[in-house]
Amino acid sequence: MQYSEKVMDHFMNPRNVGEIEDASGVGTVGNAKCGDIMKVYLKIEDGVVLDAKFKTFGCGAAVATSSMATELIKGKTVKEAMEITNKAVMEALDGLPPVKVHCSCLAEEALHAALWDYAEKNGIVIEGLEKPVNDISEHEEIPEEE
Amino acid sequence: MECYFDNAATTPVRPEVAKEIIPYFEESFGNPSSIYKIAQKNKNAVEHAREQVANAIGAQVNEIYFTAGGSEADNWAIKGVAESYGAKGKHIITSCIEHHAVLHTCEYLETKGYEVTYLPVDEYGMISIEDLKKAIRDDTILITIMFANNEIGTIEPVAEIGKIAHEHGILFHTDAVQAVGHVKIDVKAMNIDMLSMSGHKFYGPKGIGALYIRKGIKLNPLIHGGAQERRRRAGTENVPGIVGMGLAAELASKELDTEIPRLTALRDKLIKSILEKVPYSRLNGHPSDRLPGNANISFEFIEGESILLLLDYKGVCASSGSACTSGSLDPSHVLLAIGLPHEKAHGSVRLSMGHFTTEEQVDYVIKELPPIVERLRQMSPLYEEFLKSKGEK
Repeated sequence: MQYSEKVMDHFMNPRNVGEIEDASGVGTVGNAKCGDIMKVYLKIEDGVVLDAKFKTFGCGAAVATSSMATELIKGKTVKEAMEITNKAVMEALDGLPPVKVHCSCLAEEALHAALWDYAEKNGIVIEGLEKPVNDISEHEEIPEEE
Repeated sequence: MECYFDNAATTPVRPEVAKEIIPYFEESFGNPSSIYKIAQKNKNAVEHAREQVANAIGAQVNEIYFTAGGSEADNWAIKGVAESYGAKGKHIITSCIEHHAVLHTCEYLETKGYEVTYLPVDEYGMISIEDLKKAIRDDTILITIMFANNEIGTIEPVAEIGKIAHEHGILFHTDAVQAVGHVKIDVKAMNIDMLSMSGHKFYGPKGIGALYIRKGIKLNPLIHGGAQERRRRAGTENVPGIVGMGLAAELASKELDTEIPRLTALRDKLIKSILEKVPYSRLNGHPSDRLPGNANISFEFIEGESILLLLDYKGVCASSGSACTSGSLDPSHVLLAIGLPHEKAHGSVRLSMGHFTTEEQVDYVIKELPPIVERLRQMSPLYEEFLKSKGEK
């Protein structure tokens, strides 16, 4: 697999691995069947993402995109966080092999799922945020989470 | 430490073999079909190699036909029988864990009006002789079952299959790409009618293979053209490849008596140590009826490509049945066929040892692999969930 140096760096030294106990929003996407599950925890105060953590089951690209996506969202306002697309994640990683592009989509989806959870818990509406599809690739059942 | 544990994917050319074939590129480049001396010398070299290959599997020299590799040999055997015996019947029996060179050829024939029965396998990847007997019909023309599985190493009951095939007057082909040079094969005693092999799986060069065709079997050519290979496989002979495969086959079969026990001991040490050191891991494939160099282990809660990348960082080359390494969403058809759920299939690693594998390398893998698994589990939401459900956290 031809991964960029940045992808390898984020895979070998992933940033933000872990959980946030009192997370404002938690989102899980993907499923074990297709081989990728991402779980993102966000700590949001006054509309700003103070902290982000993740746990990922998946390939090198899945870990690297989770790592980069959580890096990108930290310090952003909720509105700015919506601008972190899969493309932005890919660009920040200096690209991904074509068969791994879906990992960046999953990372975007994981951020959105966590933001959606935050919005629901707080009864707010985030502009442009749609209810996340839990499995972006096959539309199959969601793995049981908590 | 550099550790090549992917010998089932390909093997390095042995130094003796490399040395032997180099003259055939520059000095001794003649076309074996030509009349002059340097060409005749090459014709003799090809025939010598044919003998070496025949001896390695207990065949007669005129039963070996060189091809461009194992995939061509599989295609030729299956499509050839389908064409040559299609008037007799259109039913083929194979297994669901074959290499894609067999599976996709069978699927192709299904689009051409042939019917294929894909035998299931048990949890070890073994077909059942009872299932085979039940699958046989009056119009069955071919049974094609692999000698040993490339992913999980399970060795199929080839001699029994051959016996049953012959009792029913059905041709028996076996894809022995993983077996030749690694286990003992006697095509006569095992009632094998056709057998595919590939040079680069036993320290010969890539791009060369052979099909053994028992004398008396009619098989239409797959490659039409010149009169090479006794008019059955056209194309100027790959002389360096053929010479290399011949010598590699001879060396491998000479060393079987020492290599089989040596590799079996290394394999069993590797499997036992990893399973002991890593909880929630399991061996895939048969515990004893398996290729001497093959270990295939699933690690729960983690994904194979990640394991391979971290192993690579430590200098260990291995492979995985994970979807991520195949570029598709589905993990290995073999691991699914032995009943692994998707998530366990994704977390599988194949470590295949060979002639150049040392005990020191095995010890290194035993030391390096467990912390890699632990590191990835710490990152895995599935492991987190599992620990919570167990109440350990």
